[in-house]
Amino acid sequence: MATSEAKPTNKIQVRRYKPEEYPEKHYLNEETGIWAWMTTVDHKKIGLMYLASLAFFFFVGGMLALVLRTELLTPARSFMDADVYNQIFTLHGAIMVFFFLVPSVPAALGNFILPLQLGCKDVAFPRVNLASFYIYVIGAVFTLIAILTGGVDTGWTFYTPYSATTGGNVMMMTLGIFILGFSSILTGVNFITTIHKLRAPGMTWNKLPLNMWALYATSIIQVLATPVLAITLLLLTMERVLSIGIFDPALGGDPVLYQHFFWFYSHPAVYIMIVPGFGVISEVISTFSRKIIFGYWAIAISSLAIAFIGFLVWGHHMFTAGQSSLANMVFSFLTFLVGIPTGIKIFNWVATMYRGSIDMKTPMLYAQIFLFQFMIGGFTGIMLGALAVDIHLHDTYYVVAHFHYVMMGGMVMAFLAGLHYWWPKMFGKMYSEKWAKFSAIIIFIGFNMTFLPQFVMGSQGMPRRYFNYIDQFQSFHQFSTIGSYIIGIGFFIMFGYLLYSFFRGEKAAANPWGSRALEWQVSSPPPLHNFEHTPVIINGPYDYHKPMSEFQLGIASKHNGHHAGEKVDISTTVKDKA
Amino acid sequence: MAQTSVDIEHKTDHIQHHFVDSDQQFESSKLGMWIFLVTEILFFGGLFAAYIVYRAWYPELYLEASTELNAFWGTVNTAVLIGSSLTVAMAIRSAQLNQIKGLIYNLYITIGLAIIFMVIKFFEYAEKLEKGIAPGAYYTYDGLEHEKANIFFSIYYMMTGLHGLHVVIGIGLMVWLVIKAKKKVFHSGYYTPVEITGLYWHLVDVIWIFLFPLLYLID
Repeated sequence: MATSEAKPTNKIQVRRYKPEEYPEKHYLNEETGIWAWMTTVDHKKIGLMYLASLAFFFFVGGMLALVLRTELLTPARSFMDADVYNQIFTLHGAIMVFFFLVPSVPAALGNFILPLQLGCKDVAFPRVNLASFYIYVIGAVFTLIAILTGGVDTGWTFYTPYSATTGGNVMMMTLGIFILGFSSILTGVNFITTIHKLRAPGMTWNKLPLNMWALYATSIIQVLATPVLAITLLLLTMERVLSIGIFDPALGGDPVLYQHFFWFYSHPAVYIMIVPGFGVISEVISTFSRKIIFGYWAIAISSLAIAFIGFLVWGHHMFTAGQSSLANMVFSFLTFLVGIPTGIKIFNWVATMYRGSIDMKTPMLYAQIFLFQFMIGGFTGIMLGALAVDIHLHDTYYVVAHFHYVMMGGMVMAFLAGLHYWWPKMFGKMYSEKWAKFSAIIIFIGFNMTFLPQFVMGSQGMPRRYFNYIDQFQSFHQFSTIGSYIIGIGFFIMFGYLLYSFFRGEKAAANPWGSRALEWQVSSPPPLHNFEHTPVIINGPYDYHKPMSEFQLGIASKHNGHHAGEKVDISTTVKDKA
Repeated sequence: MAQTSVDIEHKTDHIQHHFVDSDQQFESSKLGMWIFLVTEILFFGGLFAAYIVYRAWYPELYLEASTELNAFWGTVNTAVLIGSSLTVAMAIRSAQLNQIKGLIYNLYITIGLAIIFMVIKFFEYAEKLEKGIAPGAYYTYDGLEHEKANIFFSIYYMMTGLHGLHVVIGIGLMVWLVIKAKKKVFHSGYYTPVEITGLYWHLVDVIWIFLFPLLYLID
């Protein structure tokens, strides 16, 4: 079944394809109408639909957080009951983790950018991709039903035996997340296959953008870890329906087994959330330093190393749950190991910036905020991985602050860096650089005001998830609450200028940042099928020392190798186009 | 391949717009299926882990409770499933050789064997439920001494139930393949759905080959 182009006598001719500036026809206006969007198999539109859903859930989860912080202004009851409080922190956690963080970069930004960076027309399985979006929606509907029919007060971890016996609609919620897991698995399968099989000619593994390496590592974790969560939640559901007695000690089951199962997924899931962020940061830092990335292979392999080690550390969530002390020591040691590849990445990013021509545009500003906050999150994580320290800090606000520094201070900042970086590509519009930087700084200040005091509170013994607290902590809590309002204002400003940009923003050039990466070598917004030609890659994506013309090459024949039976007549096509 | 297949290999209707050629599409689908099968193994892996943990805690329970399972019908079912794996492989071979009739017949046999498997499973379940061997809290059987007997059967029902669900999904997929084959969609240049459904079916078979000794043959 070899195609005729493969004959050695037919040399492949390439020519330069300059991206069209301000195209009249692009993916946003070629197929319009609600129905075309709902049934689209275009990865770009699916990415945008994910983005819209994520924005909705981020808003809901964020508002819940503000409600929680408001309640915590006073030591006793401020305005809601303790039961309501329990439900709200559960929802805040579950929505932010499962509906925002896990799909944030892979499903939204990743879907949009992956085929563009690989130089293909779509992901390997476009219909599966659309199905994964609808599965996400169905999972979300189940969760919303759970909220409206009794709520859930177990915390986002659904620990047994409490979750097997408490009231409310835990079953609906776990089923919702069970369904959601399939969406995540399908995205992972799709991405791995696409990266393996659909790379453009010349896009070898050592020319793969680091964002692709990160998504590759993420997809591996998604594929290997999510099914375990699925079976865990299924067993939990059965525990509630049939009392099968696997996790419930009253029936002879073992609640710690549940914790093992749960964290076997949920610890790798932390890396599902953060590793794609690393990919975005690699792209942004190289682009805005105008410099080849330092330590390409070190960054690429460290993503895979994090994915691998991430599977071996789940036990550090159970240091105080009655694990054997040998297991504790092993898990503690392995937890420290994760710090190594992560540190390698940070050193490489800093080395990339060293003596680069740094252009502090908004995405780069977010990348700097990421570096600062993520390092705090990472180092406090190492502290929590130390056995003796963890006994003291376990289940305190110290842990809360730690994972918010990693997840919000790290991942959300990386997501925002990516959103601002690719915004012009997505919509063909620029946003106000001034307002964007302003809101970034507001968010930075608000974030640190909110979570720095929580480290102090935690180390002084303030337990997490408590409705009441002793008076000694009140000033910390109030400071933290004010910080959370400031974050809210920052996001409100962001919403405003992005909305303005969407409707009235200045038109964006094809490559506003002067990047060498492939996704910037098509028009903004891209054409319906990404590339009108088959791109050919001869340089790495960060080779800023080479001329732009070498990054815009494509096969000179017009049918891109389609139609296996047809004869390719290169000489005429080159003449036509030249 | 036969001379007649030259024309067929130039059929391009099945190539989706984002693939360069038929090979790329075929290899992508196959890789995608393999990755999906990995997720299936991990999905069942959770149950196998639960099985191992409880077997380590209550070894005598497993030996005792396993006697309730009928090893004869279990063996028959194993033979039926292995047979269906053979016929599905033959279906793929027929598709490769462009023998569409053979493809359809082999799929029919596979579907038939899968249905036989489910019928036998149904009678096994019915016999147990009648005795009161139900999962979890509904367990009322008093023929077993061990007080944790319900846990063994919870695991039994979860594992065989989920496996049965996979068999039913497989039957659905193969009915879909038959319909497609009758519409002359498949030929020696394009039989990707047959190939990947075959892969899936083999996995369903392999999982049963692990379930059968672990549940039926340990006494």
